[in-house]
Amino acid sequence: MTALLEIRDLRAEIGGRKILNGLDLTVNKGEIHAIMGPNGAGKSTLSYVLAGKPGYEITGGQVLFNGEDLFEMSPDERAAKGVFLAFQYPLEIPGVATLTFLRAALNAQRKKRGEEELSSPDLLKRVRELAKKLGIDPEMLRRPLNVGFSGGEKKRNETLQMALLEPRLCVLDETDSGLDIDALKVVANGVNQLRSTERGMIVITHYQRLLDYIVPDVVHVLAAGRIVETGGKDLALQLEATGYAQYQNEAA
Amino acid sequence: MNAGIAAIKTEAETGLADTYAAARQELPGGPAVAAARAEAFNIFALGGLPHRRLEAWKYTDLRRLMKDAKPLAGAPDAAALGAARQAAQWLSELGARRIVVVNGTFVPALSDLADLDEGLTIRALAQGLVTDEPLLSADLGTLLPHNEPALALNTAFAGDGVVIEVAAGAEIKRPIHLLFVTAGETASAIFTRSVAVIGAGASVSLIESHEGPEGSDYQVNAALQVQLGDDARLDHVKIVREGGAALHVGTLLADIGARARFNAFSFIVGGSVVRNQMFVRLAGADTVAEISGVSLLAGRQHADTTLSIEHAAPGSQSRETFKAVVDEAARAVFQGKIAVRQQAQKTDARMMSRALLLSAEAEVFSKPELEIFADDVQCGHGATTGTLDDQLKFYLMARGIPAKEAEALLIQAFVGEVIDTITQESLRDALSAATLAWLGERG
Repeated sequence: MTALLEIRDLRAEIGGRKILNGLDLTVNKGEIHAIMGPNGAGKSTLSYVLAGKPGYEITGGQVLFNGEDLFEMSPDERAAKGVFLAFQYPLEIPGVATLTFLRAALNAQRKKRGEEELSSPDLLKRVRELAKKLGIDPEMLRRPLNVGFSGGEKKRNETLQMALLEPRLCVLDETDSGLDIDALKVVANGVNQLRSTERGMIVITHYQRLLDYIVPDVVHVLAAGRIVETGGKDLALQLEATGYAQYQNEAA
Repeated sequence: MNAGIAAIKTEAETGLADTYAAARQELPGGPAVAAARAEAFNIFALGGLPHRRLEAWKYTDLRRLMKDAKPLAGAPDAAALGAARQAAQWLSELGARRIVVVNGTFVPALSDLADLDEGLTIRALAQGLVTDEPLLSADLGTLLPHNEPALALNTAFAGDGVVIEVAAGAEIKRPIHLLFVTAGETASAIFTRSVAVIGAGASVSLIESHEGPEGSDYQVNAALQVQLGDDARLDHVKIVREGGAALHVGTLLADIGARARFNAFSFIVGGSVVRNQMFVRLAGADTVAEISGVSLLAGRQHADTTLSIEHAAPGSQSRETFKAVVDEAARAVFQGKIAVRQQAQKTDARMMSRALLLSAEAEVFSKPELEIFADDVQCGHGATTGTLDDQLKFYLMARGIPAKEAEALLIQAFVGEVIDTITQESLRDALSAATLAWLGERG
């Protein structure tokens, strides 16, 4: 069986600074992988490289998504194939209404996949249903994307996009940052509803707390740009107790 | 006298002089109008075409940009009238009363003059000139320099245009659309002068659009003179969608009464060289003026928006917001000046110009000026020039939106902020659609 995502010996740098130094990771359908690690370990870089953010130089290795070379695809092509990055800091786009953005995104993906575009009333209906589940005020959908949204609202909005776009691979970059416990529960609940045997997830986090709500199958420790340890969900608890110091020494 | 350093006359300047000499007897008007024309032409003849050494024309050197003088357009022939019938279909949903001017001549047969609202009169400028009404020589006072060259040429040559009068207190529900169409095989010069006199407490919405054939290097000089009474309201939208080789010089003169509301919006999307100049005087106290515009430029287009707003009485508020999107090797110019007279205390004026550069060759020139003689005022100005935000573009692309479409969304958002201030929904929709069409033509 082809893995959903297969990362082999990935090396990447930005501005001449080496960030990823031979990272290996395999995610199969139906699995949730947590990636934990200290600041500066390369967690966000990994998420950006997967999504295709410009500015990163891939200096080695390979990433296969359903057997296809991810680096041959532009960011929008990756999205249409089913890669979704939930941003740590979702961007504010003044002048683009949230609903307009959702419609443009969904229909662009459907078009690229050769599917029929969703009509405006159908889209509105779906978005409203999802918004309700996530406790998003429907009025927010008419406001410019993320403009003036609180940290919690932005993360809910990311979750709404994820639910609407139904990706194959969800990469959640520090989804817990900036969230109070109530917002965290809502967002985690939204993510859990997307758990499926057809979908894989990578949950990137600094703290164990998020993993109480989104329970992973596998936990990896990322340090100095490589996976240095892999274990079950107990590994997260252990890290909470011991910290990352041992891995930083190891990497150095 | 500066005779010693007088510039060599250009082909265009010589051509204009020849045209004036030949046409002055034929131009409509009694003795007073003829005298006003002669004086105006003399002003032009002394200074010649404006050039880059004149501060007000620093970035739009008409002496260089205007290669020759075209012959004055004659009365429109059947073909031109036919073309005018097909014009501005993209603005057909406005529900507006269409008043059509073809090649500079007001054409009642193509205009919707039936069932005029009470208190509204619409007539041809030429008619008034023949009876020597002082339509070309209103007292403009400090509104603009007396030797302003573009208006001087307009006064000298304007043969026709539209005169709109709204009686005091009349509320004109249906917008009026002044449709200026240029048509015909040979490139000509078109001078129009229109006048809108809006009585105290009256309100009206005026749309002014200009269009013409794609390949022709015709020349348009169109002036609109507005007098807005106390407590009156005018919404004015000007659309410049001239053909790609055309020269358009437009002048708006507006004198605004006390407690009046004046909204002016300009949308520049066509023409090879466009100079859109506005002189606005908030003559009465406690007026509110919102003056804004959008330019969408590509190819080698050059569009200059020059605005002078004078706060002449206390307590008025003005907002000026202009946005330009500049692609390929196009050039956008914004010159904005706010003048606050000594007696205009409690003035609140804010001006902002923002430009978005879409190519490495695109150029933007921005020159804001404040001239303040009162001591208790709030005035501010700002100007920004930038490119599309790569982070925002990536965010959109990461959701599946292709690069070109992501750029289009961001550009739409950039200009949408200004277009959305237009109160009439159908007009807002038409301009948004025109923006989309412009984006669709981007390579």
